[in-house]
Amino acid sequence: MTDDREEIKRIEEAARAWETEVLDPALERSPERARDFRTVSGHSIRRLYTPADLADFDYTRDLGFPGLSPFTRGVYPTMYRGRLWTMRMFAGHGAPEETNRRFRYLLAQGQTGLSVAFDLPTLMGYDSDHPMSRGEVGKCGVAVDSLADMEILFDGIPLQDVTTSMTINSPAAVLWAMYLAVCEKQGVPYDRIGGTLQNDILKEFIAQKEYVFPLEPSMRLVVDTILFGARHLPRWHAVSISGYHIREAGSTAIQELAFTVADGMAYVEATMKAGLDVDAFGPRLSFFFNVHNDFFEEIAKFRAARRVWGKLMRERYGAKDPRSWLLRTHAQTAGCALTAQQPYNNVVRVAIQALAAILGGVQSLHTNALDETLALPTQEAATIALRTQQIIAHETGVTHTIDPVGGSYFVESLTREVEEEVWSYLHKIDDLGGMVRAVEQGFPQKEIVDASYRYQQTVEAGEEVVVGVNRFVAGVAEPVSLLRIDPEQIAEQQVERIHRLKGRRDNGGVQKALDGLRRAAEGEDPWGQDLLMPRILEAVRAYATLGEIMGVFREAWGEYVEPAIL
Amino acid sequence: MSEERKIRVLVAKPGLDGHDRGAKVIARAFRDAGFEVIYTGLRQTPEMIVSAAIQEDVDAIGLSCLSGAHMYLFPRIVELLRERGADDVVVFGGGTIPDEDIATLKEAGIAEIFTPGTSTSVAIDYVRTHVRQRA
Repeated sequence: MTDDREEIKRIEEAARAWETEVLDPALERSPERARDFRTVSGHSIRRLYTPADLADFDYTRDLGFPGLSPFTRGVYPTMYRGRLWTMRMFAGHGAPEETNRRFRYLLAQGQTGLSVAFDLPTLMGYDSDHPMSRGEVGKCGVAVDSLADMEILFDGIPLQDVTTSMTINSPAAVLWAMYLAVCEKQGVPYDRIGGTLQNDILKEFIAQKEYVFPLEPSMRLVVDTILFGARHLPRWHAVSISGYHIREAGSTAIQELAFTVADGMAYVEATMKAGLDVDAFGPRLSFFFNVHNDFFEEIAKFRAARRVWGKLMRERYGAKDPRSWLLRTHAQTAGCALTAQQPYNNVVRVAIQALAAILGGVQSLHTNALDETLALPTQEAATIALRTQQIIAHETGVTHTIDPVGGSYFVESLTREVEEEVWSYLHKIDDLGGMVRAVEQGFPQKEIVDASYRYQQTVEAGEEVVVGVNRFVAGVAEPVSLLRIDPEQIAEQQVERIHRLKGRRDNGGVQKALDGLRRAAEGEDPWGQDLLMPRILEAVRAYATLGEIMGVFREAWGEYVEPAIL
Repeated sequence: MSEERKIRVLVAKPGLDGHDRGAKVIARAFRDAGFEVIYTGLRQTPEMIVSAAIQEDVDAIGLSCLSGAHMYLFPRIVELLRERGADDVVVFGGGTIPDEDIATLKEAGIAEIFTPGTSTSVAIDYVRTHVRQRA
């Protein structure tokens, strides 16, 4: 260690000499472009990083080896040398038939997993014939009203061979039950079914706002699915703890990471309270982060995330199974970083963001299409986005070695600074009584609104350059042809289908299943004892609609109304 | 000159879309620019928005929608304003709205659509000018 200290001293002396003899005269001749260089999140970046910035750095403690704690270098021993990340493109629009065709196309193009986008009525637990669904059916995703729609959605897709990710939150348990019922019909046993439910309700209250029920019963539903998954579906991820939407709502990178980890802690604590051992579900928790423009900040975010989660699971929650310590994550390039102006520039942004995700060591990735600020992607735009990942995977060589940025003075310093700031947020949330209480008090919501407004002001002041928007503004718009969806026609078709379904199913059986569900939902202290999932499955198998099942919960639990935080 | 009445703007989120980042930025920017701002919160039906606009006696309504349902929701709001004799309220909007929808929306009576990347000051100037012209 003495040698190290002397070495650092020598470097510091040399740095001082460089500053006075070389740097200062150069600055005098021509000053730097800005006084202060900051990441897109406002984190200050120094001119140069040297070993002196990592004076107390300890390789085995801070970096270690891939697959070993603290997981800075990655969660698996061989990383992309062994297996590339899963290229998982989020898709869905219109009626189930159309999305089924898109899924088959994507699989034929070499995509390795499915990811379902549902329309807003489905996300909010309304059937297509509900008055609130007017104008929204099939618009931002696929419309699913009952098991009959789910059967069409996965028709001809062998569910024992693909893994499916479903972006669904308030009604997650119901859509999962529909998926499981399709698997049952295909004859796929539960232990062969692999996939992910987003099912992260806390970030809905914080950011994306697709909540339905109050916090308490919302958390109960999440815990219910974790318990059911732990008992019956060893290959399923019941929750994907998501920072993506928090970032899209305008948070900084550090807030994204801190609030996501805090949400994860809340699920772990609630599930342990319901009586499950942390190692019985810890390995099945997965994450989902944003990848924004600031290249190194994003890489540092992923590295810091693995360190923070590993420490929490081990030290705070006493997880003993090393698989419980791993933060495995999906990532998606930042939709909010794309511009409507000069849309072809978005291809470049997405490529750089995707590269940051890969250098950050993610397990799965969605790359946005160039036209997504304007509409859902066309098939051509979505294919270019997939090709972007394939180019990174097969042409750039960045996958040949594990954690190629590891050891960079800058990246290691930044990783450490991000981690420290995350811990300080986590302490603040502890002081507020944990994340559920913090959300009730509007703490993360307010932090995000403030950060988003600050960012907008820096863009409008021209301090933050957005190419094509506030600088390098071309005179002509480049036209792109957009995907058109005719919601009236899709809505008519879905409404007609619901009516036909209600005419031919066994309505007595549906009523019986819904009554059983209602009694369980109204139960006083059922956490972990009398699970809702088996009853939801029963209702789904009887072809109760999504709206009917969610209606039972709406009556039993009421609906959440957000205090407007500006 | 006597103290001018502050321009009153209702910022509204019609439909099921929960993406409120833009609406909140706009609401704050208008407030900071000296407007009286009322924010409806999420999941408002066209009927709820028009009732709030009349009750609050607003001069303008700013609509934000990112779900793609703007072609139904925006014209429906203008239609209801007309029915209730409040068609002097300036209705403007923003969100995930393709260029080719803008002409149709304007024909339906939406005064202006601000596409992604618009500076808040552009929207503020627009409302200031058009509400004054109206008075």
